[in-house]
Amino acid sequence: MKGSEMAASPVRHECPEALLVLADGTVFRGRAFGALCAEGTVATGELVFNTVMSGYQEVITDPSYAGQVVAFTYPHIGNYGINAADEESDHPQVRAIVVRDLVHRPSSWRAEGNLEDYLAAHGLGGISGVDTRRLTRHLREAGAMCCALGVADEATLHAAARAEPGTEGQDLVGSVTTKTPYRAGSGPLSIVALDYGIKRSIVAGLAAHATVEVVPAATPASEVLARHPDGVFLSNGPGDPAALGGLVDELSQLLAKVPIFGICLGHQLLASALGGSTYKLTFGHHGGNHPVKRLANGVVEVTSQNHGYAVAADSVSGADVTHVNLNDGVIEGLAVPAMRCFSVQYHPEASPGPHDARYLFAEFVRMMQGAA
Amino acid sequence: MSRRNDLESILVIGSGPIVIGQACEFDYSGTQACRVLREEGYRVVLVNSNPATIMTDPELADRTYIEPLSLDVLTAVIERERPDALLPTMGGQTALNLAMGLADRGVLAANGVELIGAKSEAIQTAENRERFKKAMTEIGLACPESGFAHTLEEALAVGESIGFPLMIRPSFILGGAGTGIANDRDELVKLAAAGLAASPITEILVERSIAGWKEYELELMRDGADNCVVVCSIENFDPMGVHTGDSITVAPAQTLSDPEYQLMRDSAFACIRRVGVETGGSNIQFAVDPRSGEQLVIEMNPRVSRSSALASKATGFPIAKIAARLAVGYRLDEVANDITKATPASFEPTIDYVVTKIPRWAFEKLPGTPDRLGTRMQSVGEVMAIGRTFPESLQKALRGLEQGRAGLNADAGEAAYDRLETDELLERAALPTPERPFQLEVLIRREVPVERVAEATGIDPWFLHGIAEIVAARRSLEGAELAALDAGRWLELKHLGFSDAQVAHLTGEREEDVRAARLALGVRPTFKTVDTCGAEFAAETPYYYSTYEDEDEVRPASRPRVLILGSGPNRIGQGIEFDYCCVHASLALRAAGYETVMVNCNPETVSTDYDTSDRLYFEPLAEEDVLAVIAAEQEAGAGGVAGVILALGGQTPLKLAGRLPESLVLGTSASSIDLAEDREAWSALCARLEIPQPAGGTVRSIEEAREVVARVGYPVLVRPSYVLGGRAMEIVYDDDRLASAMAELAGFDAVSGGPAGSLGREGGLSAERPVLVDRFLEDAVEVDVDAIRDRTGEVLIGGVLEHVEEAGVHSGDSACALPPQTLSGETIAVIERYTREIAEALGVQGPLNVQYAVKLGQVFVIEANPRASRTVPFVAKATGTPLAKIAARVIVGATLDDLRAEGMLAPDAGWSQTGQVSVKEAVLPFSRFPEVDALLGPEMRSTGEVMGIAPSFGLAFAKSQIAAGTPLPDGGTALFSLADRDKAQGVLAARALVDLGFGIAATEGTATFFAAEGVPVASVVEKVGSNGGRGRVELLDLVRSGEVTIVVNTPKGRGPRADGASIRHAASQADVPILTTVAAARAAAAGIAEWRRFGLSVKSLQEHHAAAGGGEAFPPQS
Repeated sequence: MKGSEMAASPVRHECPEALLVLADGTVFRGRAFGALCAEGTVATGELVFNTVMSGYQEVITDPSYAGQVVAFTYPHIGNYGINAADEESDHPQVRAIVVRDLVHRPSSWRAEGNLEDYLAAHGLGGISGVDTRRLTRHLREAGAMCCALGVADEATLHAAARAEPGTEGQDLVGSVTTKTPYRAGSGPLSIVALDYGIKRSIVAGLAAHATVEVVPAATPASEVLARHPDGVFLSNGPGDPAALGGLVDELSQLLAKVPIFGICLGHQLLASALGGSTYKLTFGHHGGNHPVKRLANGVVEVTSQNHGYAVAADSVSGADVTHVNLNDGVIEGLAVPAMRCFSVQYHPEASPGPHDARYLFAEFVRMMQGAA
Repeated sequence: MSRRNDLESILVIGSGPIVIGQACEFDYSGTQACRVLREEGYRVVLVNSNPATIMTDPELADRTYIEPLSLDVLTAVIERERPDALLPTMGGQTALNLAMGLADRGVLAANGVELIGAKSEAIQTAENRERFKKAMTEIGLACPESGFAHTLEEALAVGESIGFPLMIRPSFILGGAGTGIANDRDELVKLAAAGLAASPITEILVERSIAGWKEYELELMRDGADNCVVVCSIENFDPMGVHTGDSITVAPAQTLSDPEYQLMRDSAFACIRRVGVETGGSNIQFAVDPRSGEQLVIEMNPRVSRSSALASKATGFPIAKIAARLAVGYRLDEVANDITKATPASFEPTIDYVVTKIPRWAFEKLPGTPDRLGTRMQSVGEVMAIGRTFPESLQKALRGLEQGRAGLNADAGEAAYDRLETDELLERAALPTPERPFQLEVLIRREVPVERVAEATGIDPWFLHGIAEIVAARRSLEGAELAALDAGRWLELKHLGFSDAQVAHLTGEREEDVRAARLALGVRPTFKTVDTCGAEFAAETPYYYSTYEDEDEVRPASRPRVLILGSGPNRIGQGIEFDYCCVHASLALRAAGYETVMVNCNPETVSTDYDTSDRLYFEPLAEEDVLAVIAAEQEAGAGGVAGVILALGGQTPLKLAGRLPESLVLGTSASSIDLAEDREAWSALCARLEIPQPAGGTVRSIEEAREVVARVGYPVLVRPSYVLGGRAMEIVYDDDRLASAMAELAGFDAVSGGPAGSLGREGGLSAERPVLVDRFLEDAVEVDVDAIRDRTGEVLIGGVLEHVEEAGVHSGDSACALPPQTLSGETIAVIERYTREIAEALGVQGPLNVQYAVKLGQVFVIEANPRASRTVPFVAKATGTPLAKIAARVIVGATLDDLRAEGMLAPDAGWSQTGQVSVKEAVLPFSRFPEVDALLGPEMRSTGEVMGIAPSFGLAFAKSQIAAGTPLPDGGTALFSLADRDKAQGVLAARALVDLGFGIAATEGTATFFAAEGVPVASVVEKVGSNGGRGRVELLDLVRSGEVTIVVNTPKGRGPRADGASIRHAASQADVPILTTVAAARAAAAGIAEWRRFGLSVKSLQEHHAAAGGGEAFPPQS
């Protein structure tokens, strides 16, 4: 439907009606916004839901969401606008967003613009007015799946959704990793961070303790070791860890030679290098409220999470499970003290989310200092 | 860690009567705590003076003491019961203060009682502002610049060093009493003096005022292993400067970016850890500068609170229930999330809707009070609404308030703003009042820029933009034909929360027709689940709210359902008593095999606990919303809706009687309800039954009122029909007052905010709602009867209550005794017979309350209401007969015989064989409203009630006075100032007090009368304002001096009587008990005499009920 046809009714009709169609044929109605307003513009990707109530900008700019369309369960998105300080990378990484209500008039002393303009400026958009709760309930049962959305007919979108490869078996790291190494921080310790799609807040978290050199994901182990780092960090990133065998092989070369700390995809790759295997979760963990138990002291951390894959239980025989998710028992942390490496599935850097697990950065520092 | 096995017995303290600042939320928390602790196998001892609570049901504790909440009583209970631990965090500020008092007195140590939930040290740190501020500074958190003062001089010194404007807050106070903002030195002097007087430790905080900053609250939980979670964030619509209890609040926080929110969360955790709340819930308030994001900590409550009740209902995370488990040793990860069952409680709820809470005030009942909101809480209740968006939840909440508004304007009420100039309106909107949301809508509709409105009001533009969306949609509808609305436009309106009534107003159609048109287009609400997790996990608990979306989540049912309509937001005249009845109905019907469905919108209550009923719909009790719930349940299968119970939620559901499908109304029919309400039909019925009524008539104008008066003579009782709590009732003694009373009833002026407008907003005077004018029976004794009639015609007389105050004082404000103390057996027999006849004639099936006036042995019927009354819980507690449960069963068709066979009703149940006397006393809000005359009259103004149980009337009355917070004195001077008609009776009271050793002071006329009757008057006092000297004492000085320990002042009718008003004002400010009827004075004298003889003794409800009927003597305890 064209914009002009909507003029008869003056209430919030500035955007054309749009559809969101899932690979299984389920259809949701709403209105397009941003770049998707243009008729025939279709976004596709693997559709996941995220349950954070604040922090949409961090989510949208998190490289781990490359290849995905994110549906927010909280209905009002865009309340406090967007600002440069909250970006987790230099541009939005999602393919599109799905919301119940897109807020056009943000209110915050921090706001530098509104969300729709920001997405549109990057050629992105989404669909609003969607019964996102119905969508969430559907994904919860049917599992994460591919989707297509835009101002187009159902058949076109369904076909596009089905043609979308999704993340399974996909190497998406190459599309988000840095092309050239860069430095951050100035501490006496030095860390080489392998960038599989690293968030800025992780770089900042490491840089608060050490000099960090962020290097492309494909940097060979020999080159990493040649830098004589006090520690190696394995970053978060998008996609299926099982498709990253080459990276795992390089990682294996680092084991026991240098202290290693991994987060999210970094955790999955470390587990793989230790001989473990990964699997796809039905609908993943995407939110800021997941309880994780730190087995060493029994304390519960409320954590920020964003992953669709997880390390299979008992697949990593040589490692200690250090953290578990209390909702579903998923392995959230591993450590091999003898090899001076550890990793967590969740996000201690938060952004968005609670700061309960920031101690892990200090723990990595202690491990590196023990090695020094 | 897990359950503590070193504890066996735990004492829980309730919060006492409902007062402003402490309402049903502590019944909700206390009830949850008692249930949990018993489930865990502990022996629970409960003390609470409020009989209208679920927590004081004898099944909920092993020992239930309905006794005054005083240190002496608690000491006696502790010595008697020897609990191992005391849980002080469930009963609000009252319980916390009592626990501290017990600790200070050494009672806890002497009896080996451990404080669990919060230790003394933590309570001290949180509650003492100086210590709190120091603690926050230690951990690097900023509080507003401030200083403490213990004298006026200190206050001035601190104030001048910080600079104006200043906020004044007394230490250890409840609901912000005595707080205020001073803009200059004079205001500081005034507020500081009041604040120092209000603080139990004579301490005030003088701080930098941050009025206009944004206000937030976080609700936290912490367990013994130091796990902390935020259950809910709340953002206030009103900026700082309005007490959070009086603010419109929204959950979750809307305008904080994640870094700001996480900073606040970190601060909150640091705060709870530093204060040292080891386990349980706490609430921390923050102020945020909208220009810089600077965050300040304002205060923390180391206990469950009104906000935690709201947070529990808003998220589905039951804070009090979990806090009770944590207090006995469990960790958060050892407690399951009730809603998902599969995940633990050690997480942070995430919600996928917006919750709006709006307070409800009672300014219309408190003439003289400016309806200005400030730092002192004044609201008496609140409504919560859930919608998918802020505009939707805001409009649902406004119609849930039941103040005659259909939403945010777009209804008849908006006409009140038409003639106000925009500048004037903007000026008014700058002041926080209950009218403000409506004013904002008008301003935005008149195209005043949002930025300008935001600047004038301090309200965040985000909220105003939400209102602007409502305005835009409304504009699109103005002048539109109903037929022009297609499904798409309907959905747009519904997404913004528009009600059918608003659409009807804008299109000039009738609401029924609008609804029919909407339903014909297939536009109907969908019900979504409150599930703590944004749908991430499956919810086991059917807790629903309506919205207009694609998918409906109402689960299929397995049995026919009974809907119970609740009583909505608390207001004066309709509060916790009705919630009690609804909860009992649900419990009784569930036990009898029915599936129950609760509909209510009051977040404080036990009825809106998702555990209470099989299904909970958190919805306004408006016709549209109730019909939608019925439709949803009809479609849920298994026989659909078996019926709807209207008779237990007060006037709110009763008003819907004629609006719901007749076949679904269970119990007494809509036509019988009408018969009781329709004055002419009711008079005819009484005449037919030959039951005397005071002479009177129904009028629709002042002329008709004069005709009635000409026939019956003054004084007359003037009252509107179809109102609750004696709204706008008045005793009129002359023509002038008659004219003004009629004008008030007819008036409609919402903008002026004067008393004239309040009734108009509820419908005003009309042919359908005439005014009743009856001869007022002076000096009559008023009697209340609670009865239940079953479908076979058998009538159970639940109880006959004699009022202590004579007829003319609203029954809700009068103390009353069960069994009656002065009525003869003959009179009682007549009353019982009339009650049976009325029940039969009205065809009641369910509860019935009848009010009588007895004058010189003759019984007159005043009114009958075929619904549960305010006194049902009191009678149930006094007699041990579960009246509300019986009523619910009878409504759905059980006979009293059936219930006897089941054992619910004892075969020999009788209200008169209780073996003790129970006295109910009303608790009035006058200390919060210094402008209001502390006078009892036909308009109800009490917020709550307490109960005293003892072997004699005098002792029970004395207990009830202690419980109400005005203990009777043991000596000193009694000051009498009586209306002429009261003088003869007053002599008896004065004589009794003289015999007890009291001195008597009296105003001139009273003194002369007393002297002539031989009562020694020690001092004759000057009337107010006269300064004749002549060696007489100035009355107000005498009251303030502390020499006067009790004041008996009876007024002449209603209206400004400067003398009496200022006497009562001085007494209420000086905390001197004030009795405004001679009957109460005589009761007091009897109480003082017996208290001297017997002293304090305490006994549990379980013991009372076991003894009832058996005639067991009351064993005195010391």
